[in-house]
Amino acid sequence: MCLGVPGRVVEIHDNEAVVDFFGVKRRVRLELVDETVQPGDYILNHVGYAIRRISEDDIEGTLRMYEELLREASDNDLMANDVRGEVQATASAEVGAKAHAK
Amino acid sequence: MRKLIERVFLGGVTRDAADMDDGAAIPVGDKWLIVTTDSHVIQPIVFPGGDIGRLSVAGTVNDLAMMGATDPLGLTCGIVLEEGFAIDELERLQASIRTTCEEAGTTIVAGDTKVMHRGEVDGLVINTSGVALTRRVVRDRGLQPGDAVIVTGTVGDHGMAVMAARHQFQFEEALRSDVAPLNGLIRAALNAAGTGITAMKDPTRGGVASALHEMAEKAGVSILLREDAIPIRPPVRAAAELLGIDPLFIANEGKALIGVRPEYANVLLRVLHAHPLGRDAAIIGSCLAEMPGTIMLDTGFGRRLVSEPDGELLPRIC
Amino acid sequence: MRSEAARELKFRDPARAAALAARLQQTVRQIGRSPVAVMHVCGSHEQAIARYGLRSAFPKDLDVIMGPGCPVCITDQPEVDEAIALARQGIRVATYGDMLRVPGTAASLADVQAEGARIDVVYSVTQAVEIARASSEPLVFFATGFETTAVATAAAMLGDPPSNFFVLSAHKYIPPVMEIVSEMPDSRVEGFLAAGHAATITGWGVFEEFVVRHQVPVVVAGFEPLDILAALVRLVELVRDRSRAVDNMFPRCVTREGNVAAQKQLWKVFRPIGGRWRGIAHVPNGNLRLRDEWSHMDARRNFTIDLAAVWEGAPSLLSQQCICGDIMAGVKSPTDCRLFGHECLPDNPIGACMVSTEGTCRIWHEYNVRDQRSAVVGPAARATARAEAGGQR
Repeated sequence: MCLGVPGRVVEIHDNEAVVDFFGVKRRVRLELVDETVQPGDYILNHVGYAIRRISEDDIEGTLRMYEELLREASDNDLMANDVRGEVQATASAEVGAKAHAK
Repeated sequence: MRKLIERVFLGGVTRDAADMDDGAAIPVGDKWLIVTTDSHVIQPIVFPGGDIGRLSVAGTVNDLAMMGATDPLGLTCGIVLEEGFAIDELERLQASIRTTCEEAGTTIVAGDTKVMHRGEVDGLVINTSGVALTRRVVRDRGLQPGDAVIVTGTVGDHGMAVMAARHQFQFEEALRSDVAPLNGLIRAALNAAGTGITAMKDPTRGGVASALHEMAEKAGVSILLREDAIPIRPPVRAAAELLGIDPLFIANEGKALIGVRPEYANVLLRVLHAHPLGRDAAIIGSCLAEMPGTIMLDTGFGRRLVSEPDGELLPRIC
Repeated sequence: MRSEAARELKFRDPARAAALAARLQQTVRQIGRSPVAVMHVCGSHEQAIARYGLRSAFPKDLDVIMGPGCPVCITDQPEVDEAIALARQGIRVATYGDMLRVPGTAASLADVQAEGARIDVVYSVTQAVEIARASSEPLVFFATGFETTAVATAAAMLGDPPSNFFVLSAHKYIPPVMEIVSEMPDSRVEGFLAAGHAATITGWGVFEEFVVRHQVPVVVAGFEPLDILAALVRLVELVRDRSRAVDNMFPRCVTREGNVAAQKQLWKVFRPIGGRWRGIAHVPNGNLRLRDEWSHMDARRNFTIDLAAVWEGAPSLLSQQCICGDIMAGVKSPTDCRLFGHECLPDNPIGACMVSTEGTCRIWHEYNVRDQRSAVVGPAARATARAEAGGQR
């Protein structure tokens, strides 16, 4: 019960939710979360209590923010292009490997 | 624990015992007699996937197998019971012992039972000893630089299942112990790779980390593991992450670590995959000459040291 | 199930992590001096950095110092001793697992458990409440952790626990210690990575005054590899631009006001007082204790805690020679400490920096490090190295 792991709410009974953490279900208390939580929502769990409801939009927003950070390097920057090239090469190698594994 | 054993018990003991491999090797004619003994005190005595009876047989059969002795001549089984122990529970354990012996192709050839007063022992203690002959002894100290390190299946199954049962962690996903006798699997492995197999050890208490530390230290090599190559069942991974426990530290009772010369690695992998107990076998790392005794893990983001686990695994908050 | 796995992977994508690490290297180099020192103050950040091997991917010119952010490590010896004393007096004590082996002045809770004392390891305060409910004897919950964990204790106390449930509060509050570190003379810390989970509760607004007063930027960070790397990139950018700003890089969990409902519960039950943190002397308002209205549940007010008995025969207080505070401020190194590697070892830690698996002293000891920029290679680090080489073209 540590590290504030995010999980998906499966059921709710009074002030307790059954939450799915990547396939493992646990019971989590809801007294501390400041929004209404519904089955299907994601929550951040810490020592058995939900401390925050995480919205899908916020997750996508964060990922977009990281992409921005990477794109902020100027186009004239050769090194950044190098890195982007390496990222793409690694990504396609991964995709290739995954396809191969299937 | 190792320090305790070294300090208290090994002063004044013969050199062979001081080597502290999975079993003792005694030369008999042109062969080796492998002898091993183990006491089992697990709580709870029944857990998802097995019980202490199955564990006590599989544990000893596997210790023999890790030394290269895959055909046990027989096992002994000594039981110390707490007064009042339920008869039907005992019968269930005896049935487990019998079934597991059949799977391993061996029998209990001698046994003993004692009863102690209530409170003097916690439930029951089972001790099993095993003997087997082998032409070639495989030591846990035989790793060489360049060897591939293979694990025969998914890690953390047993320890996580027991921890969940013991602490009633209410994991609604099925966590099952992997407890099983491995001599059939190892026999196939040795037939396929022969002397290409340089070292073996089963990652029981202390998990893969503990076993690899011993193997690396004794052989004077380091081992570099790749995290994405380590086979682990999703519920075990999730449970370990939730509790903040490293899967490499969790006990296994139906898996083996095998060091193999690189040219034999693929052959061995194929043979393991063909066996029901080896379907998830994988190469998880390789041995290097530098920094002997070190275990490093490539996480995909960087590298870190794998430390030696130092006692009972505890869930972490931070 | 597949979408969860996919989402998780996005925050743990090694290719993006490598790209962020390279960007970090690039940004550090733009500052043009070495080393640049930043500090994180969260145990979960420590664990994430350790678990993913991120340290080997950080640029050599960037010092990411472990601050006093591991609640286990900074829980001072006398506080552990209080729990030990209660246990030795025959009272049942429930504790989080990570506190079990932390040394007090003379022993740990694990030691007294081996002596026969009743210690229950719990993973949630609600579990401790359940133990109390099922028993007729007193049960003292050893409440450790920062504000993120303290709110759970507060919620449990407000949830009408049985009368035999007591709390021994050793909870800590993070913002005051960031002040202390910033105020240390010769502190090299140029920016802070703030704890994402604590900020989920407190909000990032609490740092607005801080950045003005101490003239250092603060970036709130999450705990996945990408979260940490991205937050560091942002933090180093702010250092580069001399920007005294608070930036929230964990918007999926953190807002400016934070979780007001949880804050209300926290301050209903706790009040902040000054106290010692292991290795870092006095932190004003750094400790959380139960308010008077809760004295009926306060272990300190319901039991006599015989610390003298615990301290009898205790070894001399080597902790007085501990310089963890200076190490956390980036002023000294572990090798400057006369106890390091001698009396102070992972097996026998004196200060917080050695208790924590991510503590500076612990890392230096395990990796045999002699100076701040010891190279440990890795794929992300390879990208960094390439970036470094590129800069020298």
